Amino acid sequence: MRVEAKILLSLGAFFGVMCAVYWKWSLEDAGGVMMFAGMLLCFLPGSYYFWWSRRMKARPEDDPNATQSEGAGVVGSFPGSSIFPFTLGMGAFFVVLALVFGIWFLVPGLGLAAWALFGATAEGRRGGHV
Amino acid sequence: MVDLITPPPAVLDEGHHEHEGHGEHHGPTGILKWMTSTDHKVIGLSYTVTSVVMLVIGGLFAEIIRAQLASPNGTLVSLAQYNELFTMHGSVMIYLFAGPFAFGGLANIIVPIQIGAPDMAFPRLNALSYWLYLMGSITMLMGFFTAGGAANFGWVAYAPLSNSINTPGAGADLWIGGLLLTGFSAIFTGVNLTATIFYLRAPGMTMFRMPIFTWNMLVTAILILLAFPVLTAGLIMLYCDRHFGTHIFSVAGGGVPVLWQHIFWFWGHPEVYILALPFFGMATEIIAVFSKKPVFGYKSMVFATLSIGALSLGVWAHHMFTTGVVLLPFFSFMSLMIAVPTGIKIFNWIGTMWRGDLWLSTAMLMALGFLFTFLIGGLTGIYLASPPLDFFTHDTYFVVAHFHSIVMALVLAGMGGLYYWGPKFTGYLLNEKFGKVQFWFLFIGTQVFTFPQYILGLDGMPRRIAIYPHSPQWKTLNDWSTFGAILVGISMIVFVVNVGYSWKKYPAGDNPWDAQTLEWFTTSPPPHHNFYRLPQIRSERPTWDYNHPEHRSLAHGTGGTGSHHEPPLANAVVGVLEHDQDHDA
Repeated sequence: MRVEAKILLSLGAFFGVMCAVYWKWSLEDAGGVMMFAGMLLCFLPGSYYFWWSRRMKARPEDDPNATQSEGAGVVGSFPGSSIFPFTLGMGAFFVVLALVFGIWFLVPGLGLAAWALFGATAEGRRGGHV
Repeated sequence: MVDLITPPPAVLDEGHHEHEGHGEHHGPTGILKWMTSTDHKVIGLSYTVTSVVMLVIGGLFAEIIRAQLASPNGTLVSLAQYNELFTMHGSVMIYLFAGPFAFGGLANIIVPIQIGAPDMAFPRLNALSYWLYLMGSITMLMGFFTAGGAANFGWVAYAPLSNSINTPGAGADLWIGGLLLTGFSAIFTGVNLTATIFYLRAPGMTMFRMPIFTWNMLVTAILILLAFPVLTAGLIMLYCDRHFGTHIFSVAGGGVPVLWQHIFWFWGHPEVYILALPFFGMATEIIAVFSKKPVFGYKSMVFATLSIGALSLGVWAHHMFTTGVVLLPFFSFMSLMIAVPTGIKIFNWIGTMWRGDLWLSTAMLMALGFLFTFLIGGLTGIYLASPPLDFFTHDTYFVVAHFHSIVMALVLAGMGGLYYWGPKFTGYLLNEKFGKVQFWFLFIGTQVFTFPQYILGLDGMPRRIAIYPHSPQWKTLNDWSTFGAILVGISMIVFVVNVGYSWKKYPAGDNPWDAQTLEWFTTSPPPHHNFYRLPQIRSERPTWDYNHPEHRSLAHGTGGTGSHHEPPLANAVVGVLEHDQDHDA
């Protein structure tokens, strides 16, 4: 966890320095704001990882001498298969078509998206697939 | 839930019986499997196939463009059609081929296996990424079937050319919409890759033992998260300008047209590295394996990748030198700085091959071709980082040749990646003879089509023109360039023929290349959750350590001793996965 935190924090620090130099020197706001946001985007997860890395003991994947048996047990919850990513993707497609060809495309678009929302939630509770 | 069981294969079998209806034998088959799968290997294969189709479509556009330019007053396409063609050629190749091929295709398949993970961290999100990418691609290409034709403002969509007065019609809106969808798909893939690499590594797989390809994908994913939201925001602003009467990019309402260029290139230059870094990673893996050596300078390779990622956020305006409103010394300096980590990488690639036991397979030839072509593209990039030279060559064929050297190097590396990793996820090798024929066509074709363009650019031929003045020299050079493009086209045909010819003909086995990293430890193709067993991970090349105990790698990050005490695989067991079905239990 510590290496991950350090990567993000040092990237953020670099962007911060670069942002300060650039903004002070160029007085151009768009790039300055975007680099500042880039810095925040690195600091936010980076400080979260850093906070945790000082409070938790090293995970097996952070321990250079870990044996495979230390990783045994429940890794996570993985769905077998699911139709709802496809449904949501089609919904997004129709929403984009609504931007181009006419507002009525929002009806199937948002309908499919809502179906995916309810379906995926129910599926997450129920388990199973398709 | 059971914690430890030996022998490991029994664990998964038992799991299957316990949870009826799960796993590859019980899940849906056929087209339903393709539509509903959340397995990263199936999604990655869909991504790879789709992006290769996009490569062929974009390549056809390129061939038409080159055929048009073979004579000064070409009449193959009209001027308006030519604008559509070069716009869609760039858009298809950059948005729909190069990025998705790398971070959606090969990375999606390979990264989880390389770090010993059972799947991507968010499998449903991964599937959603693919559907957004596919529908985004279709949306963008739908422009050709509208009355006004496809988008025709160049792949960069500069304001004010891209506003509703200069570019009316549905084609441009479809371009924006398609890009919104593929942009979100890239962002989701970035989230997925970062979470997978941070949270799903196997025990002992510390960050500094991850293969270079995985490292490069991590930096790529972080860059995606930094850059793509900016593009998405910019596209929404552009859409508002076109349809809702805002004036963000138009002078008339108090807006700033050059703001679009800032936003676009703030995404666009990190995007160059989002495209390039995965292919650097592929070349690194291939060169190490076919030199039978560990990667030379592993840590410097990692830090070079990180520095490229860090610097890439501060160089965007070197695409805008000639606008006259950017800070030339800052951007010139930062752009030149990128040559340092890139130089370290090239040094390390040569160091990896140095005194190695070279095996010139197709994959290795492709990686060597990448190295050569990328070096040319990189060096001409250093010229362009200097404002005086850029003023001279901006928007000429010199720039076109520069980035085509780069992207054709990436195509070479990507083809190498297919020859190298294809056997892993399909289970079958490709024919090496056809592969070598393909390599020579692709490699020679690339040089033949880019070199005349460098000269044309220095001679002043502007890019994006369909007809040019009668001049014997320009005609000859353009003819050579067209000839090279035809060679590249033939190489793609050879590739397709090879895939057809080798279809399920040469079973690969688990580890056909005597490779080093974890993905070659499992079967080809890997089982549903990738591993039946894992070796002890004590270095960045666990499979090599297991297969060659007498030539074990020096361990990274073990703090000296304690790494070689137990034989590998002494306690090999697998983690049991909890499936969704367990929730109601």
